[in-house]
Amino acid sequence: MNWLRKNLIAIIGILVLIYLFIPIAVIAVMSFNKPEGKFNISWNQFSTDAWQNLCGVPGVCDSFLVSIQIGLISTVVATIFGTMIAFALVRYRFRGRSSTNLLIFLPMATPEVVMGSSLLALFLNLRFPLGEVTVIIAHIMFIISFVVVTVKARLQGLDPRLEEAARDLYASPRATFRYVTLPLVLPGIIGAALLGFALSFDDFIISFFNAGTLVTFPIFIWGAAQRGIPVQVNALATLVFLVALVVVLTSQFVSYRRRKSLEILPEEDRSPATVDVMSRS
Amino acid sequence: MAAVLPSGGVSATPVAQRRSRTGYFLLLPGMAWLGIFFAIPFITLFVTSLQAPSPDAAGQFVPAFQVSNYAEAFLNYWPQFVRSLVYAGLATIFALLIGYPLAYFIAFRGGKWRGLLLVLVVAPTFASFLLRTYAWQTILSDNSPITQFLNFLHLLPDERILNTGIAVVAGLTYNFLPFMILPLYAALEKIDPRLIEAGSDLYASPVTTFRKVTWPLSLPGVVAGTLLTFIPAMGDYINAQLLGSTGDRMIGNAIQVNFIQFRDYPIASALSFILMAAILVLVFSYIRRAGTEDLV
Amino acid sequence: MRQVDDLRLDHLTKSFGEMTAVDDLSLTIPAGSFFALVGASGCGKTTTLRMVAGLEDPTSGRILIGDRDITGMRAYQRPVNTVFQSYALFPHLDIYENVAFGLRRRGIKDVKGPVESMLDLVELGPMARRKPSQLSGGQQQRVAVARALINEPEVLLLDEPLGALDLKLRRQMQIELKRIQTEVGTTFVHVTHDQEEAMTMADTVAVMNAGRIEQMGYPAEVYELPRTLFVANFLGQSNIISGAVAGSDGSMVTVSAHGAAFRLPGDRNSASGAAILVGVRPEKVTLLDAVDSARVPAPHNRVDGTVTDVSYTGVSTQYLVRTPWGQELTVFEQNDIVGDRAAVGDPVVMHWAVEHTFGLEP
Repeated sequence: MNWLRKNLIAIIGILVLIYLFIPIAVIAVMSFNKPEGKFNISWNQFSTDAWQNLCGVPGVCDSFLVSIQIGLISTVVATIFGTMIAFALVRYRFRGRSSTNLLIFLPMATPEVVMGSSLLALFLNLRFPLGEVTVIIAHIMFIISFVVVTVKARLQGLDPRLEEAARDLYASPRATFRYVTLPLVLPGIIGAALLGFALSFDDFIISFFNAGTLVTFPIFIWGAAQRGIPVQVNALATLVFLVALVVVLTSQFVSYRRRKSLEILPEEDRSPATVDVMSRS
Repeated sequence: MAAVLPSGGVSATPVAQRRSRTGYFLLLPGMAWLGIFFAIPFITLFVTSLQAPSPDAAGQFVPAFQVSNYAEAFLNYWPQFVRSLVYAGLATIFALLIGYPLAYFIAFRGGKWRGLLLVLVVAPTFASFLLRTYAWQTILSDNSPITQFLNFLHLLPDERILNTGIAVVAGLTYNFLPFMILPLYAALEKIDPRLIEAGSDLYASPVTTFRKVTWPLSLPGVVAGTLLTFIPAMGDYINAQLLGSTGDRMIGNAIQVNFIQFRDYPIASALSFILMAAILVLVFSYIRRAGTEDLV
Repeated sequence: MRQVDDLRLDHLTKSFGEMTAVDDLSLTIPAGSFFALVGASGCGKTTTLRMVAGLEDPTSGRILIGDRDITGMRAYQRPVNTVFQSYALFPHLDIYENVAFGLRRRGIKDVKGPVESMLDLVELGPMARRKPSQLSGGQQQRVAVARALINEPEVLLLDEPLGALDLKLRRQMQIELKRIQTEVGTTFVHVTHDQEEAMTMADTVAVMNAGRIEQMGYPAEVYELPRTLFVANFLGQSNIISGAVAGSDGSMVTVSAHGAAFRLPGDRNSASGAAILVGVRPEKVTLLDAVDSARVPAPHNRVDGTVTDVSYTGVSTQYLVRTPWGQELTVFEQNDIVGDRAAVGDPVVMHWAVEHTFGLEP
């Protein structure tokens, strides 16, 4: 009884984690199913057909590649624009700061259906043809805010004395940026880009409004749902999940190793300053 | 010596000017993008929401100032509005109840596993949002173990979960749970464990300690988490579409149907605008009440 | 040793809006000296340092090295380097690259030799390929010094360089820094709020208050003869008794205060008018039991009193003694006496040499 009380929070926490993974497990298990009819909803028979023939259904891989292409282009553009804004916000004085902040905040507080529909209304009014271009425009728009927030946080966490130290050590403003600022902010920019790609790749609502006849991976799933989602979709989604998980876990492991290597330090010689620098880097 | 006074002052001014010009240059492309593709559509949306049907061609609309669109939209769809509020509110509460223990566990018991546990919280979002929602169709289907178990206990009013409001709320809760857990964790992680020890020293009972120490200190995370859950849940229509019946549709469904199927752009725009206004009013009054304005 | 020039600050002023951080400061720091700028936080000492480094533009005034005006030069153009508070080591570069940074930015290709010998100077050779976060506080401090010194600056600025270290390590690094300074012969300008550290390390100390320099000189000179009330209280402790000048006979000034009379040498008096503050350092005061009052040397200044507090601190004992007019004076006594110490409530007499007395402007 005492044991239960002590570990109650751990038990609940682990149960919640399991709950988070139930649908993932269903997706993965169903990728090995051989459905009885068209609908891959109940378990029938084990099969690796889908995994052996990932592109076996017309349109699956095309839409997958379209989504990757849109994700890459939108992410690159949005990351550049968003990073520039983050630098301006943290480093420069300018008029209209509060309206700038509002314009960055609003897209994150706006439901996707409103953003998607309002952008569609604009394109319709301008008689702009819907397709890959409009989807990319939309994705860049909603990713920028997330990039700004992520990079801004990293930039604000940067000790201004590091750049002063560079200037003090004969680095011109350009060299300071190249050799100190950029390398230190880069992890934030990469994080923002990964987040941006994930948001773009998985976006359905905004894409659906502005895609016209273009089929992205989520739109393919949506369309296929009426006549049964092919097992290949499950296999591809499981694959994406695994790749993303490996990427994130590897980066976690690397930073853990780096922290671990610090523990060899002789204890007597460690001052608060060490801890300070560690938490910052 | 007075002759040398300007030497420092003069060089300072041009530097400041050059800096601010660079600032505008940095802002320009991104802010222009947001201005053209977010702010202007917003205004277009407002203009569209006031348009009237064209007298000449059916299905066409002409600029007008037809405020009655808003009344019509609201009168036709107020049940969907109320339902969205209730479903999103319930999902937010459930996500808080489910997410808090996990965030607490990671923050105070995670130790060196914290990073890994956080990855596990985010990991489910790596799999497609649509597929995860479809997976809940399987999990909550009529002959699934969960449904049969709950029916055995006579807990389900309709004897089923799928295609009811319960499934919609369950889907919303699940899909936005990571957005609840992350800010909660960020707030809890900042709390010095010694404060909780001091609390248990003062109040003896763990419940009182939680109420008087942990909960108030985690409030910024609670505010951020509830907003990040409530806002997307309020506007979502995928969960209602895939997990609910026609009687469980939310305002997002109404906007989508009016835009894509009925092509009644003024009504769809008016609905979007009402939703956006409702969310902003709710968000800002909530933030003001919670007293953490620095969130925005 | 290399030939280096004096650092001169000429009517240097820095204002932030309404606030004047540095107020018309003129100062010459001799080449090759170890100069300490000491003051409470917010007194303008760090702002002065940042202006010399080029990280802050002066509102007016000039900064010169020898005859060269460097006021208009950017930070990266100045022959001046800084050891920053909490070091500001580049966390993404290893120790070797941190130290090589300045040389590389100046386009020097062959950095191996200088970097290695500099790392040897600060005894960090084996640490070259570690990242700053893998070093202890004391080691990071030495990297910061090496990173600045390798550029052979004409002036090395140190901004609270030991502030983040614990007491034992501070003492060690103070000696280390003095050794390095003697070895390279560069002018060191050291900013600190720790008066003891300033006096230990520097050959010249300047006490700064509210943007101005209150007093400057050799550490012992400034300590023994403070010229302002601020210096008397900031650099060590002082007993201050307010009174009025009663007379002046040649080289001696007589002061009457609270019915008692004090004398002090005229050249130790900084008061210009009749009102005066008589001061004496606590360790200069000797304590005698009241019954032994006849043993007080005749020319000494003396005050009767009652002990109100005794704190034993190891090397010395600190007494608080209440005077007849109700003021509490502090007395430090070396713990080298045999026998009983005075106890709370004991009637005592305090006395000190006239030559240890100083007079201040109230």
